[in-house]
Amino acid sequence: MENNLLLTYLLFIPLTGAVVLLFFKSENEKAIKYFGLAVSVIAFLLALYIYFNFDSNSGEFQFVHKFKWIANLSIFYHVGIDGIALLLLLLTTFITPLTLISSWSGITKKVKEFTFFMLFLEVGMIGVFISLDLFLFYVFWEVMLIPMYFIIGVWGGKERIYAAVKFFIYTMAGSLIMLVAIVWLSVHATNYLGYFTTDLVELYSVAPLFGLDVQTYLFLAFALSFAIKVPLFPLHTWLPDAHVQAPTAGSVILAGVLLKMGTYGFLRFNLPLFPAASIHFASFISILAVIGIIYGALVAMVQTDMKKLVAYSSVAHLGFVVLGIFAMTQESVQGAVIQMINHGLSTGALFLLVGMIYERTHTREISYYGGIAKIVPVYSFFLMIVSLSSIGLPGLNGFVGEFLILLGSFKSTVLNNWWFTIIAATGVIFAAVYLLWMYKRVVFGEVTNSKLNEITDLTKREIFILVPVIIFIVWIGVYPSTFLNVSEKSTTKILQQVSQPPKAELK
Amino acid sequence: MIDLIYLAVLLPLIGFLVNGIFGSRIKNEKVIGLIGSGAIGLAFLVVAGAFLQTLSLPVDQRTNYVELFTWIKAGGLHINAAYQVDQLSLVMGLIVTGVGFIIHVYSIGYMHGDKSVWRFFAYLNLFIFAMMNLILADNFVLMFLGWEGVGLCSYLLIGFWYDKPFEKSTTSAAGMKAFVVNRIGDVGFLLGMFLIYLTFNSLNFTDVFARASSFDVPGSVFTLITLFLFIGATGKSAQIPLFVWLPDAMAGPTPVSALIHAATMVTAGVYMIARTSLLYAMAPTTMMIVAVIGVFTAFFAATIGLVQNDIKKVLAYSTISQLGYMFLAMGVGAFSAGIFHLMTHAFFKALLFLGAGSVIHSMHAQQDIRYFGGLKKYMPVTYGTFLVAAFAISGIPPFSGFFSKDEILWYSYTNVGFFFWLLGAITAVLTAFYIFRIHFLTFNGTPRFDEKRTHPHESPKVMTIPLIILAVLSAVGGFIGIPEIFSGENGNVFSTWLAPVFKAAELKLSYFGSYSHFEELLFMSISVVGAIAGILTARYIYLSKPEIAESTARKYGRVYKILLNKYYIDEVYESTVVKPIINGSKSFLWKMFDVKLIDGFVNGLAGSVSNASKYLRKLQTGVVQLYALVMIVGILLALFWVILSL
Repeated sequence: MENNLLLTYLLFIPLTGAVVLLFFKSENEKAIKYFGLAVSVIAFLLALYIYFNFDSNSGEFQFVHKFKWIANLSIFYHVGIDGIALLLLLLTTFITPLTLISSWSGITKKVKEFTFFMLFLEVGMIGVFISLDLFLFYVFWEVMLIPMYFIIGVWGGKERIYAAVKFFIYTMAGSLIMLVAIVWLSVHATNYLGYFTTDLVELYSVAPLFGLDVQTYLFLAFALSFAIKVPLFPLHTWLPDAHVQAPTAGSVILAGVLLKMGTYGFLRFNLPLFPAASIHFASFISILAVIGIIYGALVAMVQTDMKKLVAYSSVAHLGFVVLGIFAMTQESVQGAVIQMINHGLSTGALFLLVGMIYERTHTREISYYGGIAKIVPVYSFFLMIVSLSSIGLPGLNGFVGEFLILLGSFKSTVLNNWWFTIIAATGVIFAAVYLLWMYKRVVFGEVTNSKLNEITDLTKREIFILVPVIIFIVWIGVYPSTFLNVSEKSTTKILQQVSQPPKAELK
Repeated sequence: MIDLIYLAVLLPLIGFLVNGIFGSRIKNEKVIGLIGSGAIGLAFLVVAGAFLQTLSLPVDQRTNYVELFTWIKAGGLHINAAYQVDQLSLVMGLIVTGVGFIIHVYSIGYMHGDKSVWRFFAYLNLFIFAMMNLILADNFVLMFLGWEGVGLCSYLLIGFWYDKPFEKSTTSAAGMKAFVVNRIGDVGFLLGMFLIYLTFNSLNFTDVFARASSFDVPGSVFTLITLFLFIGATGKSAQIPLFVWLPDAMAGPTPVSALIHAATMVTAGVYMIARTSLLYAMAPTTMMIVAVIGVFTAFFAATIGLVQNDIKKVLAYSTISQLGYMFLAMGVGAFSAGIFHLMTHAFFKALLFLGAGSVIHSMHAQQDIRYFGGLKKYMPVTYGTFLVAAFAISGIPPFSGFFSKDEILWYSYTNVGFFFWLLGAITAVLTAFYIFRIHFLTFNGTPRFDEKRTHPHESPKVMTIPLIILAVLSAVGGFIGIPEIFSGENGNVFSTWLAPVFKAAELKLSYFGSYSHFEELLFMSISVVGAIAGILTARYIYLSKPEIAESTARKYGRVYKILLNKYYIDEVYESTVVKPIINGSKSFLWKMFDVKLIDGFVNGLAGSVSNASKYLRKLQTGVVQLYALVMIVGILLALFWVILSL
């Protein structure tokens, strides 16, 4: 197959941008801001170009670029995307410029370093979604940690160090286990292939042949790492701290993109590599997912800090995604993929909105607010739409994902138990409770605090950030086919890999 | 016009967008009202055109579909944005856009001077948009879009005056309660859909109904499907046990109560059962449950309505009660009678609310009937039209409510049994009593307000003309559904029109027994006499001997208190469901489990690692030879492991 360099270019745009940025003078903040924005917009435009040239009638990897990287060990630089990766790539490159603009007012110190880390982070995120070699994947997976660690640790809130270290250790613990698993997987595959390789596509053909016990260990090792990232109950406690301490841009990227790497990992690695173990553990993981849906919602409901509320709501939303993946029906997996995008948009926007009001009052305590509808009507309007999207109101994006996930999990023969769906479905009640309750306390009622009278409504720049998100929120709600079609064939392929794994040939 | 039916959905949406986006910049209230009402008026014309066209078609061609685009497609699921134009959806469409238009016009007067009229009309238009989707949808999912959409508008409009206190809390608390309670029902609706999809592999009405007849599906599945859907209906249509939100919904402006919480949205559950009547017909157990819930809700809500002092509260409980009748009709298989009552109720209950609104408007937001009295002379039009509506709801012939309610009562006797008729008839007496109680206390007798300070006045024409139109409809609307004993075979125009929609369901139901005309007339007479007795009792107590009311209330103090406090249902829910969930989440799940247990474990682990590292640090001796030794041992071990595992 001929190499296609587009994905490599996409990877190099933010990388080159980050390097070039180092030659800027620190005091030249305006130039740094516009340069960072320009780089990330170019990356988005290239991602769009890739989207328009993507063949959604195929579930195979496209735009593949492959060459030997570490020759002796058969480790490849191997990149390529299917429909799922493409959607996440679009999400990543769409969100990054928005977060950069949003931090123009929020980040006042070390702007150059901040922009550098954001671009650096984008390299890692793009890399994770396009890697088709386990070793390469691992490198990007780890690379991402560093800028995120600094973004939380340098530009974060009061307890940023605690949060950053907690984030780092949690994720690091998981990824070390994944590294062991990668090595073991490749070594074990040598028995079948006759040579050592970390190439994912090759491993797809042999890993499913492993015995159930080996599959089980490998499945669990990968699953642990991804479950921490998602985060799956009960591995979620790093999330509220990281979110609350991170600056707005960090939270948006964290919720919008980073969490999706866990669910993406399940889809890309766990299911196709270890189909037997995946089916074996589907119910177990789904139980955790369903607990997360209810637990996340209930704990979100009683939070007093807006950002923490949104953070816990992520636990609930990602629970839906995981349930959809492990229900393993076409409907539920399609729902899970679209829900990853939805969560990126809705929760990303919620964090942006919380950040915007925080910049005005320097508090996120719900009790500080009350009756701001009159003072900041435009803000209240945006918060309403985004909340409704997160609640899963039909006609907006959230509904499409949740509906497909629940519908698919109900008919799932892998789970084969209605209670998963029944309990998960009650999550939609609590979702309405925690968001509308917050909305009621913050926006409605009489103005409770005279200081609130001084806050100003959204600026043009802030509206400019939110409008594109709202457009997609409505678009996915009304005409999700644009996005569902992209991933349809890819999810079909993954489900085939699970239901009809390659058979062992006699050697 | 049938092909253009999507305009009836699109026009309200355009109205919403125009007023929603530009409304705050349109300073002229009249323009805003004109845009809002105009969108609905035009939508009504579209529906009316489609109705006339359908009327001209032969009976077997009266179901038509208009497809717009693919909405959600994944795996085996294929949901279109597509509308079904048939006898049932046209009747509903005419009610929603017709009554909706009248109420929009009324709102121009009622909301005059409000600082955010534009927002009001935008929400109202959005509501009609959602409601039209609900009734025109050709599949469950699009119906659900409308179903949740009307819930959203209800939420937004209940809390329209978001900074206004309401009872113990605020209007936005009432709005949130409505949304959340509705969502509980919606989960039932969702689960019903999932089971339908699992069973029939489709969510389109046509496919599902065709397969329901042809697939070999055990009866229990139908029972479960219909029960799930019915949970949804109890939420939206405020039936036991999910009725608690509707009384609070009165926090919204009165036209909202008339349109959403009386005439249209709350009837969505009834419509949904009518639409899926075939599934219900195959689940006799569910039918019985629906009938029981319906008749008990009717009775139960009427008892609360007897003693409330807030005029809108009485009307709210009255609505719950009347919806109970409609569910009774559905449960006893009298589908077209239920829809007939839905229609007449839309006329007279909208009129009652708008009349109450007219009173409240002129009494400076006073809603307590204890401070009304003698308003007849100040507001003759409101008085006259309110009286017509009161007669209609009491079931006095020949007003519209008589025909529809009588049909339901009669079928509940013939199809299920005497007890259902009896409870329904008693409710009818209570209804006549409570409605005339508020009528007399409001319009007759001597004024109980300070006539020097309050100067009641008749409402402007923009409000009274809608009242008059609705009064005419409430008075004569019943004539399209005259029972066959008076009108001859197929003389009931309304049920003949709807018959094709319910044919499949009615074929599955078999009710036996034959009843004479004498029996039917007897039962009819009893309920009419009962209603008249109710009216006369109210007249005697509240006009002639007001002291009776007080002494009775004192004598049966405990009963009175229970009724006045609505059987304490809200308090019971609060202490058994709401509080435990919130407290449990806060003190146990969050502060105990999350912070202490999980995080404690993680931090403890981290702590012990750093402790251990204090000792491990000592291994770093700096002696290179030692490092080399450790390395060699390590490599050897690794080699062994690799060899052994090969």
